Amino acid sequence: MMSEDTTTKQHGMSTAGYVRIALILAAITALEVSTYYVDFGPFFMPSLMIMMVAKFVVVASYFMHLKFDNKIFSWMFYTGLFLAIGVYVAALSTFKFFMA
Amino acid sequence: MAETATHEHAAHHTSTGLSNNKLGMWLFLGSECLLFGGLISTYMLYRGRVGTGPTPSQVFDIPFTSVSSFVLLMSSLTMVLAVSAAHNKDDRATTLWLTITALLGATFVGGQVYEFTAMYNEGLGFSTSLFASSFYTLTGFHGVHVTVGIIMLMSLVGILNKSKVPGSRAETVEMIGLYWHFVDVVWIVIFTLIYLIPV
Repeated sequence: MMSEDTTTKQHGMSTAGYVRIALILAAITALEVSTYYVDFGPFFMPSLMIMMVAKFVVVASYFMHLKFDNKIFSWMFYTGLFLAIGVYVAALSTFKFFMA
Repeated sequence: MAETATHEHAAHHTSTGLSNNKLGMWLFLGSECLLFGGLISTYMLYRGRVGTGPTPSQVFDIPFTSVSSFVLLMSSLTMVLAVSAAHNKDDRATTLWLTITALLGATFVGGQVYEFTAMYNEGLGFSTSLFASSFYTLTGFHGVHVTVGIIMLMSLVGILNKSKVPGSRAETVEMIGLYWHFVDVVWIVIFTLIYLIPV
C-alpha cells in the first residue's frame, strides 16, 4: 500500500487537493454565471475572459497533470492551442469581426 | 525531476523516454484545438445572423446550461479520482469513479438533448438561420465527443472487470482521462463564449 505522501508525489495531488481544485472551479463558474445577471459594466468582458482562461489552465494543469508531467506534453498541447487561436483570430480579423 | 521520472514509469524503452501513447494523445488533443477553434470561430461570425428565426437570448436557458456545465465540471473531478485510484492499483475504486464519470457525462448529454428539443420546439431548426446551423454544429460536435467519451469509459469499465486491459492499466485510464478533461475544457470555452456573452 502506498502512503498518502507517496501517492501525492507520484500522481500530482491528494484526493483532498483535487476536491479543493473542483470547489475553486465551481466557485469561478458561479461567478461567471453571475455576470449574466449582475451588471459588471466595463469589467464584464475582461472578467469573463480571465475567469474562462483561469478555469481552462487549472483543469489542464491539475486535472490533466500538465503541471506535474514532462514539459514536452505541455508544449504539444499549448502549441496546438496557440496555433488555433492565432489562425482563427487572423481569420476573424479578415471578416472585421473585432471591429463590429 | 523526480516527479517527472515517476510519471514516465509507463514508458517502456522509447527513444524519447516518454510514453508514445501519451505523446500521441497530447498530439491528438492539440489537433482537436484546431477543430473546435474552427467551429467556435464560425459560430462567433454567424451568431448575429438570425434571419427571421429566434435570437440566442430568446432560446438560451442560462440556469439550465449552468447546471449542465457544473455537472460536466464535476465529472472531471470524478475522472481524476479514477486516474488516481488506477495509479494506486485500486480496481474497485477505479471502476466506481469511472462509472460515476460516465453517469455524469450521460446527464450532460441528456441535458443537451433536452435543450436541443426545447430550442427546436421554439422554432430553431438546424437550417433556420446561420446562427442555428453554427450553434447546432458546434454544440453537437461537442456532444458527440462527450458521447464517445462515455462509450470509452463504459468499455474501460467492462475490460477492467474482465481484467483484459492490455499494457499498463493506469496509463490506459489516464489516456481516457486526458480525453475526458479535454472535452471539459472545450465546454469551459463554449459556455463562456457562446452562452454568457450576449450578441
